[in-house]
Amino acid sequence: MIVDILQWLVSAEEWSGDGGILVRLLEHIAYTFMVILLAGLVAIPAGLWIGHTGRGRWMVTVANALRAIPTLGLLFALTLVLLPRLPGASAFIVPSIAVLVLLAIPPILSGTYSGVESADPAALDAAKGMGMTGRQVLRSVEIPIALPLLISGIRAAVLQVVATATIAAYVGLGGLGRYLIDGLAISDYVSTAGGALLVALLALALDAPFALLGRYLVSPGLTGRTPRALRQTDPLPAGGTA
Amino acid sequence: MEWILDHLDDITSLGLQHVWLSGLPLVLGLVISIPVGWLATRARWLRGVLITGSGLLYTIPSLALFVLMPLVLGTSILDPLNVVVAMTIYTIALLVRSVVDGLTSVPDEVARSATAMGYTSVRRFFGVDLPLAVPVIAAGLRVAAVSSVSMVSIASLIGVDQLGDLLIDGFNREIPGELVAGILASVLLAVVFDLLIRLAEHTLTPWRRAQQGSSA
Repeated sequence: MIVDILQWLVSAEEWSGDGGILVRLLEHIAYTFMVILLAGLVAIPAGLWIGHTGRGRWMVTVANALRAIPTLGLLFALTLVLLPRLPGASAFIVPSIAVLVLLAIPPILSGTYSGVESADPAALDAAKGMGMTGRQVLRSVEIPIALPLLISGIRAAVLQVVATATIAAYVGLGGLGRYLIDGLAISDYVSTAGGALLVALLALALDAPFALLGRYLVSPGLTGRTPRALRQTDPLPAGGTA
Repeated sequence: MEWILDHLDDITSLGLQHVWLSGLPLVLGLVISIPVGWLATRARWLRGVLITGSGLLYTIPSLALFVLMPLVLGTSILDPLNVVVAMTIYTIALLVRSVVDGLTSVPDEVARSATAMGYTSVRRFFGVDLPLAVPVIAAGLRVAAVSSVSMVSIASLIGVDQLGDLLIDGFNREIPGELVAGILASVLLAVVFDLLIRLAEHTLTPWRRAQQGSSA
C-alpha cells in the first residue's frame, strides 16, 4: 500500500496537466497567501488599536467565541447562504475564502493584541517621558515588542488555513483537498492518502519559515541575544533578568 | 426548530458518539501528557525535542491525519479508532507544553520546603508539584477540548458517524434546520466540556478558594 502511494506521489502524469499535483499545490499555496493577507489587513490594525488604546476588547472575546463553532458547520452554512446569490464559479470560491478569512482573523487578532499588551508599562512610560507621541510609541516600542506574539498568531492562522482549505474542497474549492475529497468519494485510498501526505508536508513546509522569521525580525533586546557589537561596549554585566 | 424537535433521537445518538470520539482522546491525552511533561522538565534536551516534536504533530491538518491513520495503525478507513488516536495525538501535542509550563511554574521555595519536610520525589510530584500545576494544565485542556469538539465533526468526511453527519446531510440536502442543529449541538457540547473542566479545576484547587474567595 505504502509503495502504491509513493508511486502515485512521484508519477509524472499525476504532476502535470490542469488537475495535476503541481497546479493543486500552487492553488493551495495561493489561497493560503491570499487569505492570510486579507485577514492580516483586518486583524493587525484592529489588534494594534485594541492593544494601544485598551478599547474594544469585546472584539477579541467575540473572535475567540467563534472558535467553538465547528469549522465544517461554518463552511457549509455560509456556502448554503451565499450559493444562490453569486454567479458562476465564484459561488463556490467566495464562501470558502470568506470562511477561511473569518477563521484566520482570531489567531492574528489575539496575537497582535496580546503582543502589544505584553509591553512593560514602565517602557511605555519611559517612551512617553522622552516626548514620544502616541504614534511613535506604537511604532518604535509597542510593535517591536508585539512581534514575537504577532508572528506566532500568523503562524497559527497559516496552519488553520492550510487545514481548512483542505476541507473546503468538499464545497468545490480547488487545491490539494481535491485529492482527499475526490479520493474518499470514489474509495480510492491511494490518491486520498497521497493527497493527505502532500497537505501534511505543505503544512510543515509553510510552518518552518516562521521559526526563522522569529529569529531575524525580533529585536535582539527582547530575545536576550545581545548583538556582538553591543556586548563589547556595554559596561553592564551580562545576565540580569532571564 | 421544528427539524430539531422531530429528530431529537438522532441528534442524541450522534451526540453521544461525538462525546466518545472527542472526550476519550482528551482523557487519554491528559493521562499520557503528564508523565511525558514530567520527563521534559527533568532533562533539558528532552524538553526541546518533546516540545518541538509535539508542535510538529499539531501542524498536520486533521483530515490528513484521519486519512493517514489506517497506514500507521493498519485499521480500515471507517474505523473510529483512527479518529480517537488522531485526536489523542492532537491533545498530547497541546498538553505537553501546558504540563511543562505548569510544573515549572511551581515556586522554588515551595518545592524546597516540601523536600525539607521529608517528601520523597514521587510524593512531592503527586502531593505538591502536580496539584499546583492544575490551573495551567486545565487552561491547556480547555483549549484542547474546544478544538477537539470542532475537529471531530470533520471525521464525517471519512465516514465516521457523529454530529458532523448533521452538517454534511444538512448541506447536501439543503435542510438549514439540520445544519443549524448540528452547529448548535456541537457548540453546546463544547460549552459542557468547558464547564466540566472548570468544575474539576475548582474541585482540585481548594486553596485558591481559601485565598481569594470563590472567584473561579
